[in-house]
Amino acid sequence: MKRSTILMSLLIFLLFCSSASAFDHLRLATTTSTENSGLLTILLPPFEQHNNCKVDVIAVGTGKAIKLGETGDVDVILVHARGKEDRFVAEGFGVDRRDIMYNDFVIIGPTDDPAGIKGQKDAAAAMAHIAAAGFTFVSRGDDSGTHTREKELWAAAGVAPAGNWYLEAGRGMGEVIVMAGERQGYTLTDRGTYLAFKEKTPLRIAVQGDTRLYNPYGAIMVNPQRHPHVKADLGRKLLDYLTSQSARVLISGFRHGSEQLFYVED
Amino acid sequence: MGYLYDSLLAAIKLIVGFDKDVLITVWTSLYTSTVAILLASLLGIPVGLWLGISKFRGRRALVTLLNTLMALPTVVVGLLLFGVLSRQGPLGGWGLLFTPAAMILGQMVLATPIVANYVHAAVIGADRRILPTLRSLGATSWQASLQLLRDIRFGVMAAVIAGFGRVIAEVGIAMMLGGNIRGTTRTMTTAIALETSKGEFAFGLSLGLVLMAVALLVNLGLNFLQQR
Repeated sequence: MKRSTILMSLLIFLLFCSSASAFDHLRLATTTSTENSGLLTILLPPFEQHNNCKVDVIAVGTGKAIKLGETGDVDVILVHARGKEDRFVAEGFGVDRRDIMYNDFVIIGPTDDPAGIKGQKDAAAAMAHIAAAGFTFVSRGDDSGTHTREKELWAAAGVAPAGNWYLEAGRGMGEVIVMAGERQGYTLTDRGTYLAFKEKTPLRIAVQGDTRLYNPYGAIMVNPQRHPHVKADLGRKLLDYLTSQSARVLISGFRHGSEQLFYVED
Repeated sequence: MGYLYDSLLAAIKLIVGFDKDVLITVWTSLYTSTVAILLASLLGIPVGLWLGISKFRGRRALVTLLNTLMALPTVVVGLLLFGVLSRQGPLGGWGLLFTPAAMILGQMVLATPIVANYVHAAVIGADRRILPTLRSLGATSWQASLQLLRDIRFGVMAAVIAGFGRVIAEVGIAMMLGGNIRGTTRTMTTAIALETSKGEFAFGLSLGLVLMAVALLVNLGLNFLQQR
């Protein structure tokens, strides 16, 4: 008898715990690169304190973040794939798109650079070279913003990537960098994740600076007319905050070691 | 070797240092798994008893189905419930996706077949004469079932422990239905997955060691309950 009393009181106690939540919650679907960099842990707390709310960050690839917006499972998305973002708004899933910040992509590869593309300024030409010679290239293969950009670059290079040199990992950026390092191959990565992994990977930057490697992030609110449960007021406040002067200072002041990871438009 | 040593050191620091974020993830893991296994037991134990005691056509097929459900991949449970709980799904209006309740629901689905199977096996293994004897002594079928349950209590405890181990160690459901939200639905396992994706391998492994320490404590507690 005593044992069941213990168990029952435990169950009731636990059920109480799970229902207690005093704050208003806003759901933000964003990309793993933003979350993993640690930017959001310094960017969001001032907003949360000021509005007495909690922003629930769900970090997934850009493709999935947009899907979560389409189904109305989140209130705001912060992603990086301009073409998909514009389609998201045009099809009526989202409203009020704002430019938030940008960083850039780099192509990284083994230090001895077997493909000989180091210093190449044309990213598409460099990738065409990797493909022609059949050097290992690891692709995200997960419909993320980075994967989308990679496919655009292959298209620009006039290459349909396939063959045993082309590995579609279907994993996050960090895992792909590790995989490319183990396989001594090339990959396309955002600069932030690369810097976070610099110590752990033997790969180094081969190509950077091409304008096609520019990587802008946009925030979009899920259309409250389409999904009435979306927290439109709080969502709008978040968009206003992300584009405010105080947020811009936090974004451009964010450092990994001594390197700046994100930039804001002047 | 340095990597393993670093992880062990970091794990000890995390445990004795009472890091707030780590404590919250430990707590989230513990309470979602505990509620899930209690609900799964409420469902699974009667099902296991019923399958073990009663004789009817199709019983074997049902047992086979239950055995097969033990092989349910966590991502499949996640996908299934994702479709049900999403705003576009039939239960979308409840707004449960990306809350602890969604994780509990998924883990309950995962653990119920495990509990039912173990209890069923314990009933089959029990002395076949118990029930007829009890009935002939005038016990109602309800009283007889309770007595049977008391007889196979070690088997039932094994069922609960096996189910608990499965849900606290799983990552697919927690990730898909919980969303790995810091402070709300981040569990030990999703935190490990996150640290791995950030390249913080030693920290991830140390969280794994913390998880094992927590599991040890829980099992010691259950052991204590069992011996009373």
